Amino acid sequence: MTKEDIKKVVLDIISEIAPDEDLSNVQPGVRLREQLDLDSMDFLDIVMELRKKHGIEVPEEDYQQLASLDSCADYLTPKFTGVGA
Amino acid sequence: MDVSEGGNLYDTIVIGCGMAGLAAGIRLAMFGQRVMILEKHNAPGGLNSFYFQGGRKFDVGLHAVTNFVEGGRGTPLGTLLRQLRLPWDAFKLCPQIGSRIAFPGMDLRFNNSIETLESEVARVFPKDIDAFRKLRKVILEHDALNLESKVQSAREIVGRIIQNPLLQDMLFCPLMYYGSARERDMDFDQFATLWKAIFEEGFARPLEGVRVIIRALLERYRSLGGTRRMKCGVKRILAKNETAHGVELETGEVLEAKQVISTAGWAETKLLCGSQRTDPDILENTGSLSFGETISFLDTKPAELGCGETIIFFNDSDQFHYGKAENPFDLRSGVICFPNNYDYGRSGDLPEGILRVTGIASYDHWTRFNADSYEAQKRNWFPRIIKSAIRFLPGIDWETIEKRTVYQDMFTPRTIEKFTSHLGGAVYGAPRKAKDGRTELSNVFLAGTDQGFLGIVGAMLSGISIANKHVLMSGR
Repeated sequence: MTKEDIKKVVLDIISEIAPDEDLSNVQPGVRLREQLDLDSMDFLDIVMELRKKHGIEVPEEDYQQLASLDSCADYLTPKFTGVGA
Repeated sequence: MDVSEGGNLYDTIVIGCGMAGLAAGIRLAMFGQRVMILEKHNAPGGLNSFYFQGGRKFDVGLHAVTNFVEGGRGTPLGTLLRQLRLPWDAFKLCPQIGSRIAFPGMDLRFNNSIETLESEVARVFPKDIDAFRKLRKVILEHDALNLESKVQSAREIVGRIIQNPLLQDMLFCPLMYYGSARERDMDFDQFATLWKAIFEEGFARPLEGVRVIIRALLERYRSLGGTRRMKCGVKRILAKNETAHGVELETGEVLEAKQVISTAGWAETKLLCGSQRTDPDILENTGSLSFGETISFLDTKPAELGCGETIIFFNDSDQFHYGKAENPFDLRSGVICFPNNYDYGRSGDLPEGILRVTGIASYDHWTRFNADSYEAQKRNWFPRIIKSAIRFLPGIDWETIEKRTVYQDMFTPRTIEKFTSHLGGAVYGAPRKAKDGRTELSNVFLAGTDQGFLGIVGAMLSGISIANKHVLMSGR
């Protein structure tokens, strides 16, 4: 899976968690919380969906790695490769 | 999950099918857990349930859903709808018309816009308006949802900011009535939570009452594969080496689970784990505040009788007394609710007028009466309660209410204990809360009233927070 694919995976998850957010113009290098109305409970849901849909585990101490789409892609790429996705 | 074999094995058993239990169940089922909710009664909803009588629908508990905002993000209501993945209109909430705090010769009106209350305080207490604004700032900056915070006296904190004892009492009155399990005082976290829920956000109600909310939760839970059993009381929580492995039902059947979330209450859960009702910690942490309520169905709308307000919190004394009742009913203060007076708009209208009067009642008195004298006492107190309340409704008299009443009912602390299983009929549960939800058993967690978030929205957030923190985040 490419980094672009992974960003798409994360955006799809956010659109499910927060259907009222406008995701058409999310800047990949900017923290998600600065652009969208997301709180710590929403980030927990991103983590839970990654586990449910893709079998990927994100330990609590790594939640900060999910701050922006770019950092999500960097952090998750080896994990997606690891599960052979 | 690894207990998918069927039979009586679950990831999580939730005790209680009220708002907190359903919300916790939804969160866990959403992420693939096998969840079983067990409810002692035949109706879901817990403290906020409903019943039918005389061809009419009654709400239990609910006067108003607090925390109402229209589409506001970052609010408790917004958070819980998003966490449960329910749409904004899932609960069909309609805003209140307007409410009032009524003390002798003095009224403070408020509605779903804090500016109304602020201008009322400026009008009635001009010398104290700066202190009021300062208190408001302190509350808005306070993180009341922190699960790890310590108990602080709200009376002390508010008293340091607002010197006028009358204004203090008027502000405490609605907040205490809508959630304090403590006599005379509140934990500051709870004070701040209720302030935001009632004054900053506001009241709303679905036209058809609390059943609309319960139905939305049940449907969501069912669609995620969650299971429940009604009329299914738990006899005890089974544990070995301080770890629970399941529950034994009153029928003797055993259900196994990796963890248990109990919404039964702090003391009530301890009893399920083997404590005795006479144990000192159980006695000491059983709530002593119970309530009674009269419900009158009228052949006319309250507005036609000159009563256009939604909720009136009243007190007739120099000081507001919020504590255990010494008589069957404490007539000095109470809450009047007209469920008709919400802005239902195109949703329709309630078919009849409804007047509800709620007040502090004595559990000891109402549980001591035998069956005959219990009914006689209800008949005796019913008119006294309404007469006490209508002192704060100018232009209406007892004869009119009596003449226009087509049906009536009343509940007492005895009714509350029977249907909620809360010891002492204590609606708001134990005075000392377990905010982090932990118990003496490593995998039994408390949610709901005795975890300490308040109101219907608070109860649902409690279920969500405890499921998130102790089950989902810890990867159980």
